[in-house]
Amino acid sequence: MRLNPVAKTVLQRLGLGLITLFVVSIIIFSAIAMLPGDFAKATLGQSATPETVAALQHEIGLDRPPVERYFSWIGKMAKGDFGSSFASRTGYRRTVAEIIAPRLYNTMFLAVMTALIAVPLALGLGIVAALYRNSWFDRVVNTVTLTTISFPEFFVAYMLAFLIISRDTFAGTEFAQSLPVWLAISINWTLNVVPKFPTLANINDQTPFWDHVWRAALPSATLTLVIVAHMMRMTRAAILNMLSSPYIDMARLKGMRPMVVVLRHALPNAWAPIVTVVAFNLAYLIVGVVVVEVVFVYPGVGQLMVDAVRSRDVPVVQACALVFAATYVLLNLIADIISIATNPRLLHPR
Amino acid sequence: MSESEYKFRVAQSLIGRGKVSRRDFIHLGLAAGLTVAASDQIFVTVARAQPQQGGFAKLGMAHGATTDSIDPAGYPDTFTQTAFSGAMSNGLTEVDAKGGIQPDLAESFESSNGAKTWVFKLRKGVTFHNGKKVTAEDVVSSMRYHMGVDTKSAAKSLLESVSDIKADGPETVVFTLNSGNADFPYIMSDYHFVIMPSVDGKADWASGTRTGAFVLENFQPGVSAKLKRNPNYFKNGKPYLDEVEFIAITDLAARMAALSTGEVDYIGRADLKTLGMLKRNPKIEIIEVTGYGHYTLPMNVTIAPFDNPDVRMAMKWAIDRQEIADKIFLGHATVANDSPIAPAIKFYKNPEPQHRFDPEKARHYLKKAGMEKLKVDLSVADAAFAGAVDAGALIRETAAQCGIDVNVVREAEDAYWDNVWLKKPWCASYWSGRATADWMFTQAFAAESSWNESFWKNPRFNELLVQARAETDEAKRAAMYGEMQQLAHDDSGSIVLVFNNFVSAQSKKLGHGDVAPNWENDGLKMAERWWMAEA
Amino acid sequence: MTSAEPVIQTTRAPRVRRTRRSRIRIALKKAPLSAWFGMGVILCYAVVALFAPLIAPYRETQVFSEAFAPWSHEFAFGTDQLGRDMLTRLIYGARNTIGIAFITTILSFAAGVTLGLLAAMYRGWLDQLLSRAVDVLMSIPSLIFALMLLSIFGSSITSLILVIALLDSTRVFRLARAVGLNVVVMEYVEVAQLRGEGPAWILRKEILPNILLPLIAEFGLRFCFVFLTIAALSFLGVGIQPPSADWGSMVRENATLITYGDVTPLLPAGAIALLTVAVNFVVDWFLHSTSGLRDEN
Repeated sequence: MRLNPVAKTVLQRLGLGLITLFVVSIIIFSAIAMLPGDFAKATLGQSATPETVAALQHEIGLDRPPVERYFSWIGKMAKGDFGSSFASRTGYRRTVAEIIAPRLYNTMFLAVMTALIAVPLALGLGIVAALYRNSWFDRVVNTVTLTTISFPEFFVAYMLAFLIISRDTFAGTEFAQSLPVWLAISINWTLNVVPKFPTLANINDQTPFWDHVWRAALPSATLTLVIVAHMMRMTRAAILNMLSSPYIDMARLKGMRPMVVVLRHALPNAWAPIVTVVAFNLAYLIVGVVVVEVVFVYPGVGQLMVDAVRSRDVPVVQACALVFAATYVLLNLIADIISIATNPRLLHPR
Repeated sequence: MSESEYKFRVAQSLIGRGKVSRRDFIHLGLAAGLTVAASDQIFVTVARAQPQQGGFAKLGMAHGATTDSIDPAGYPDTFTQTAFSGAMSNGLTEVDAKGGIQPDLAESFESSNGAKTWVFKLRKGVTFHNGKKVTAEDVVSSMRYHMGVDTKSAAKSLLESVSDIKADGPETVVFTLNSGNADFPYIMSDYHFVIMPSVDGKADWASGTRTGAFVLENFQPGVSAKLKRNPNYFKNGKPYLDEVEFIAITDLAARMAALSTGEVDYIGRADLKTLGMLKRNPKIEIIEVTGYGHYTLPMNVTIAPFDNPDVRMAMKWAIDRQEIADKIFLGHATVANDSPIAPAIKFYKNPEPQHRFDPEKARHYLKKAGMEKLKVDLSVADAAFAGAVDAGALIRETAAQCGIDVNVVREAEDAYWDNVWLKKPWCASYWSGRATADWMFTQAFAAESSWNESFWKNPRFNELLVQARAETDEAKRAAMYGEMQQLAHDDSGSIVLVFNNFVSAQSKKLGHGDVAPNWENDGLKMAERWWMAEA
Repeated sequence: MTSAEPVIQTTRAPRVRRTRRSRIRIALKKAPLSAWFGMGVILCYAVVALFAPLIAPYRETQVFSEAFAPWSHEFAFGTDQLGRDMLTRLIYGARNTIGIAFITTILSFAAGVTLGLLAAMYRGWLDQLLSRAVDVLMSIPSLIFALMLLSIFGSSITSLILVIALLDSTRVFRLARAVGLNVVVMEYVEVAQLRGEGPAWILRKEILPNILLPLIAEFGLRFCFVFLTIAALSFLGVGIQPPSADWGSMVRENATLITYGDVTPLLPAGAIALLTVAVNFVVDWFLHSTSGLRDEN
């Protein structure tokens, strides 16, 4: 049977993806089992007595052997039931699905919002930098983006928050008073041009859409600063790589404008590496933003997972890990499909 | 007094009742010959001092996790305690701003039979949020929730001395204790012991129907909890606020930023490092209260070398408490003296002499124990208290000057209370403190307590503990507690470093009276007690 | 790269082959300013890290009475919250942070490159097994996974190094395997196999030299990445443990000071950023001078 290469890849990868998810679930489950303490001890903390711990363990089912717990979990999982959080009590059920759904929405919201800003920005900067390589523009963009990824994420986040706070406080600082008046006034003016974005991104399910955008502005800006450099540099490198091929020389000799050469001839052939890097960064936006979530108090899945690991809430950790792993698998798959679809040699193999 | 001045005075007295708007007041002030700024200032001062109705306060809490719930078996930290116990519920009693005990849902209480029997009379006509009347049955079920074999309550041990509890008619509850306890009403003020409606003989916590000043509107675990005013609240005029929102902001820098930008009106546990700079902000007020909480380094007295009282004494002299208070707590702590009873607690007596850093004395006691040099492990983690690891670093430096080599072992944060505390010979620990000397000693120093963290069993101390508990003569009690504090100071394995101060910061828009010392956030009751001075 | 190509020695070469040293000298001469800057910075850091005890004015954990002392003659950058000299902490921080990042990166490369090349050479089940294992590891969020592993094994420096090296080696594996695949199909590898050379010899003498450049470039990037990972782990509370000085925790501990325009937390953060920028400059130049990209129009 001859399948379309795209369809074949998709099927193959989805199959492998399922196996990956399965293995991930085993690894995470065993890791939590190996962590010191369990949910009962973690919640009761200092005030735990052996009897209360035992009672709580019994209610949650932690007194059963781990292998048995794992199989009962995966059995439910196969039927699409994520189970209940350990924080549930009789008469007060908190399903994993209802805990994770709003968090996932928030994470996706932030990721999409950031991607909408960062991806076009990175591609645009990368193309222009490639076009005018070695110009001062190229150098400045390169250095600035490099610097932004060179700071730890949380530091970038704190700096942005500091800028917002400085709107009100700058004039009163000793530093401002030590500056010449005209300089202090113009710095103050510049600071006040920036809208007063909230440093607290604590949205909930009742937050209206535009308020959500407004509150997510600073986290999104932080993430943009963190991921643009990588994508921009790859775009630039991939295009430069293409620019050295003979067919580009041909196009140039035909007298085409550099911009047209890049957009029409170089870019379409440079998609594969660019898409891979974009996919990698999108995965990062969903999977790796826990630090930014903590700094801006943004209720996303990352923080949920860290919280759940701390409290040993196994079903929630498992679900988060699966969501993350699935994201990773799917994004890689999409990147591969785009690579194949934009490459005629792969799309129509001999 | 001119007419305009008179009107101005009247207006001043009306502000407190919310009858005069800021604008009208400034007009009157102008007529009385004041500037706009001056009358505005008076308006704010007067308005802040007087409770007034209305407003929506956003309160940033230092805790909050996705596993939080409204279940009173838990309430592990200030988020759940302040929002669900303090704002949403009531216990039988409460601690006032002076540290005294006051009836809350109870109208009165009295003891008999050598403080073994306690009778609580309930306030009449109090209803739950759903309109149901509060009866003795509800109280019994609510207490039983924390008792018995299968309870998952963290407060179980507090009620261990209760042998029987029963309703005597609809408005009276009778507690029978195993042994006399003059301080029992204090125990009833614990934040776990909230009164819930009884459904089929069992306390119903899951519905969130309580008696408190606020009704739960929206709760997102680990994010926020929003509550609105209970219009039928039994305390006259209270609560003042229309709405409160508790927001979980665990990151310190984020909390400070949120207050500075005005996104929240209050934050618990302010950053001590930048407190000085925060103070310069004229819109911010900082509240500091010496609480009952204290930081300890329990030595297991059953294990060598700590089984030797002279070694314990040497350790007590080898630590610079003042330096720890100054550097770890940046001066926002009160130096302690190896007794867990805070200065604000009744029967407090500072034992003699004050233990301070004294290499001579430390060496003297070490020599007395027959040692030249000593090498010990100190297990720490910031899970014990924030700064424990740094405190270990400081202790290492001072102890080295006394010939004691302290090896600071940094333990895992996770499951610290489970794996390190009560397990390692010498470790760091924290007590949020108890409102009475008896309560504190019973939990952390009594021989049979499962939390006797230094495994200290001093016969005289334990004898006094039981006697003092049932003693009703105040002077005799004071003498007994004085002796017990001295014994703890001289002999026990607990090194009590400092008492903590609750340091919170708030916008001056919020008004409040005297702040209670028993727990953080005005004894967890800030939502009920505080008001918005200007909306 | 010429070393691996079969050069016909019988006829006189048209040009005398340059020694490795002279080639490096020429390459260095052509290096742009940014690369020089980068190398200078890296050298300084290396010296500081190696000779920390000699350079630092005080002991690493020495405590002075005054906490948060201002910048002065005695304490160049003031003291931290416990009264420890900030400059000393920065210098020792260089040693701890760079040392750990360096060892971690070397370990992750040793593991990643070996396994990646083995997978590329043998393909078949070994390749499948390793690639799938790597897929699984990469699909678990690395920061949170590291957090869990460090909680299990304790945040000692050894486990910190091993855990980050393990998680990081997955990406090295991918790269090594990809570039390795391009090389193993080359004629000279086949020739060597036909000559009957052992796999270890082929790996070392034929394959490795030909993929060294992309690997070295990647080494620089991974090194920076490890650096930032350690900082992030310190932020979450499981990084390098006090009282050892490390830049990530130093930033974290003093972060709230930024809110008030105090520059103290900028020092360690700046130290991290400067090194990352420097390494990237060098890597850029490296890639640039070897990738055959023509810059002249």
